[in-house]
Amino acid sequence: MHIVVCIKQVPDSAQIRVHPVTNTIMRQGVPTIINPYDLFALEEALRLKDRFGATVTVLTMGPPTAAESLRKALTFGADRAVLLTDRYFAGSDTLATSYALSMALLKVAEEFGKPEIIFTGKQTIDGDTAQVGPGIAKRLDYNQLTYIARIIETDTQAGTIKVERRAEGGLQVLESKLPVLITMLEASNEMRRGSIENALIAARAEVVTWNAAAVGIEDLTKCGLRGSPTIVKKVFAPSARTDKAALVEVDGKAEAKAAALVEAIFAKAPGVEHDLLEHAAQHYV
Amino acid sequence: MAENNKPAPAAGGSRANTKKELPEHFKAYKHVWVAVEIEHGQVHSVSFELLGEGRKLADKRGVELAAVVMGDDRASLDAAAAACFEYGADCVYLAQDPALKHYRNETSTKVLTDIVNTYKPEILLLGATNLGRDLAGSVATTLQTGLTADCTELAIDDEGSLAATRPTFGGSLLCTIFTLNFRPQMATVRPRVLAMPEREEGRTGKIVEFDPKLVEDDVITKVLDFIADRDTDKANLPYADIVVAGGLGLGSVENFQLVKELAEVLGAEYGGSRPLVQKGWITSDRQIGQTGKTIRPKLYIAAGISGAIQHRVGVEGADLIVAINTDPHAPIFEFAHLGIVADAVTLLPALTDAFAARLRVNRLAS
Repeated sequence: MHIVVCIKQVPDSAQIRVHPVTNTIMRQGVPTIINPYDLFALEEALRLKDRFGATVTVLTMGPPTAAESLRKALTFGADRAVLLTDRYFAGSDTLATSYALSMALLKVAEEFGKPEIIFTGKQTIDGDTAQVGPGIAKRLDYNQLTYIARIIETDTQAGTIKVERRAEGGLQVLESKLPVLITMLEASNEMRRGSIENALIAARAEVVTWNAAAVGIEDLTKCGLRGSPTIVKKVFAPSARTDKAALVEVDGKAEAKAAALVEAIFAKAPGVEHDLLEHAAQHYV
Repeated sequence: MAENNKPAPAAGGSRANTKKELPEHFKAYKHVWVAVEIEHGQVHSVSFELLGEGRKLADKRGVELAAVVMGDDRASLDAAAAACFEYGADCVYLAQDPALKHYRNETSTKVLTDIVNTYKPEILLLGATNLGRDLAGSVATTLQTGLTADCTELAIDDEGSLAATRPTFGGSLLCTIFTLNFRPQMATVRPRVLAMPEREEGRTGKIVEFDPKLVEDDVITKVLDFIADRDTDKANLPYADIVVAGGLGLGSVENFQLVKELAEVLGAEYGGSRPLVQKGWITSDRQIGQTGKTIRPKLYIAAGISGAIQHRVGVEGADLIVAINTDPHAPIFEFAHLGIVADAVTLLPALTDAFAARLRVNRLAS
């Protein structure tokens, strides 16, 4: 079995700092990590490798420095790393990203065998769109299984897979046929520690590096900014509200402050007080 | 190579400011649509919230508002359609088929895509739920059009295009995204970001039946079972009336207990800011903010939360935001309605007692 895990290298901070005057992103000094949601995908792939002896390829699209995250994935036990990098990909939105990645995945299939399962995280922490996984599935005509909490059973002989999928109010138990694209839910497993042996292998491993031409992209208008139907027209900081918080200022102990705050809350929201009394009547008889 | 939050082009630069003529074949695309989310016969409230916003967009454009309902059971589809009319839809596209009994990506993508290609909407909105995101990504890719996720604001610009605003760069900034040269313009919005519209009893509209032409044997993915959540501790933050939340200012996971105790007295839901999930103090279903839950309670108490923008956009819909923070310059005081400069660790237990005492006294008095 061949499994590909798509990962993304992201800044190691949910809160990227913004220059207060120019509204530009201050990227300097922000370390990068593998998108945390992708680790659940990688771990799940490695578990299938443990069970079925699968080969696990990790794939990322990004700048040349993204090779660092690929090597990290190798230390956890992935077998092969592929980096898709080209300046033509800069500024890709989710549609252009899924196009480039799907072309790379076709090339992966050609070179290393068709993957039965493609994994992604449920979303990234910097883009937060959750759109690239579904985009890849659609382009490659893989059965799409998103927000998977658990893989119940994989039958490689029959080519079937049973999963639990997080849905509104419960879990859907689904059965589908390979090949599938799975986006793993967070906390669905716990990432193993990398081994020293794998770290040594990873340090020396060759990262397969492809550009747009190498994966057979001839029409560059499908890539990057030009291939992105969405256009960012404006980036701005949210306007400060003119009326700042009314401060409750009371000297003394916490009790006095708390009492004053309760009064202030009820003064501003009499409806809440009414609701609370009804709640209290029901619960503290 | 970011995703939807790609970097803004340099000032004065590039095609971001160019407006090409919309290709001829897209000019037939008209009207605003909402793809309605139905599971187990129930319409998700986010669909009504989207109809409320869709109504405004349609009026601004001078077009109709339509809803797409898909399912297997005629009675619940008719009920859903009737509700859509009362929440502002002029038209409902109704697709009934046994294969649409449960949501599945395969069937819903096919049917929604077919209806879009047949009736050609200019704007298509979906809830940014697991279902909506699963479906929107597939549909947008099939249609090769732009999709903006998790919008916090939708508007029509002077040229009649959909201006979809969402937080970007981890919620530090907002960006406004357009799909100028493709149709439909697609966006998802999370539950509770938009206000619930008024329901106009007895309002009706026209139903357009759409034959999905599905054959169950051709559908690859099967739904074997549905395991309903029995865990009563499951958070229902988006629709809670009162929410108490904690942040890193609490200092330790033990102190987070103080948030739960106050929530208990108020019969409230509790939650926390994003770093608490990353530290493992709370589970992700209790995360409040752009990447967690958006809330719209009558009362929101934020204890030891600094108020980063990604948190702010998740709570701005609250009627009354109360901030407790030791730092008088914390951003949360910029958007809270009521604040107190105090250490949440000492104030929270006092506040819990004060609420309890106050409610007891009033009860005796009444």
